[in-house]
Amino acid sequence: MAMGAPSMFTLGRLTEYQVIGRHLPTDANPAPKLYRMRIFAPNTVVAKSRFWYFLMKLRKVKKANGEIVSLNVIHEKRPLKVKNFGIWIRYDSRSGTHNMYKEYREMSRTDAVEALYQDMAARHRSRFRSIHILKVVELEKNDDVKRPYIKQLLTKNLKFPLPHRVSKAAGTKIFVGKRPSTFY
Amino acid sequence: MGDAEIKASSWRLVEVGRVCLIHGGPSDGKLATIVEIIDHKRALVDGPATDTKIAVPRQSIALAQLILTPLVLEKLPRAARTGVVAAAWKKADIEAKWQESAWAKKRTQKERRRALTDFERFKVMRLKKQARFEVRKSLAKVKASA
Repeated sequence: MAMGAPSMFTLGRLTEYQVIGRHLPTDANPAPKLYRMRIFAPNTVVAKSRFWYFLMKLRKVKKANGEIVSLNVIHEKRPLKVKNFGIWIRYDSRSGTHNMYKEYREMSRTDAVEALYQDMAARHRSRFRSIHILKVVELEKNDDVKRPYIKQLLTKNLKFPLPHRVSKAAGTKIFVGKRPSTFY
Repeated sequence: MGDAEIKASSWRLVEVGRVCLIHGGPSDGKLATIVEIIDHKRALVDGPATDTKIAVPRQSIALAQLILTPLVLEKLPRAARTGVVAAAWKKADIEAKWQESAWAKKRTQKERRRALTDFERFKVMRLKKQARFEVRKSLAKVKASA
């Protein structure tokens, strides 16, 4: 299982990076301000590229006149705890730009952001390039959860059956002597 | 018109404390208990069995990969840590109960039969034939005396 750490399986699965960069020192400003971002990217190359993409939108610094000071991976503090996350995004649809707030129930921030990209791709056919992640926050109190699709999972003594399960093995043969059992 | 008797089905439920058999994936055939339900398709499971053949580390797993057993750890708190789960597991004597169940016995038998050599399979066939012969002989005796 690839647990977010950079490995040969990293591409396609996201990692959270902390990128710090600044404008190159000049005679007028020998000690330029440092800018820090937390970026979700499949690898360090994409992380640096996204850093410059966002910094160019916010400040008058670009890759040609700036430098990356440091880049490191942010690991999940408790990867075995189930958490609720709220994610604010800015999303370019085919007809305009929208702000959105969505919630996800996952074990890590990177899992939540991966789920977000999949969800946005499924519901809106949106690509990685058309989504800006503004903020990812862990919702520590259940009262902070706003969306009904996450609220329904927070009920006390949650339990449900798995009715009608079709096993994968049941579909492998064309003819069998027994009908598959789907009840249990 | 006859009165229809309606009875609720006794489903095995996905719930905290439910013991499951993992089916498919890297931890195929291991025993674990549901610690927390993540959503309608996934759960956090933990398998603190002392027998390493059925123990499995705490992980998120798809419900499609779980087969629910009739065993339940009663009153397991939601999101209990591994230590608490292990204590409840030991107290409920899950491993012994599982090993005694017909389901687990059939599984171990199947596993053993699969590992047999051709000659051993032949011996199984001969022994089965002998057992069958004895059963039929006694049945014929009962039938003749009746």
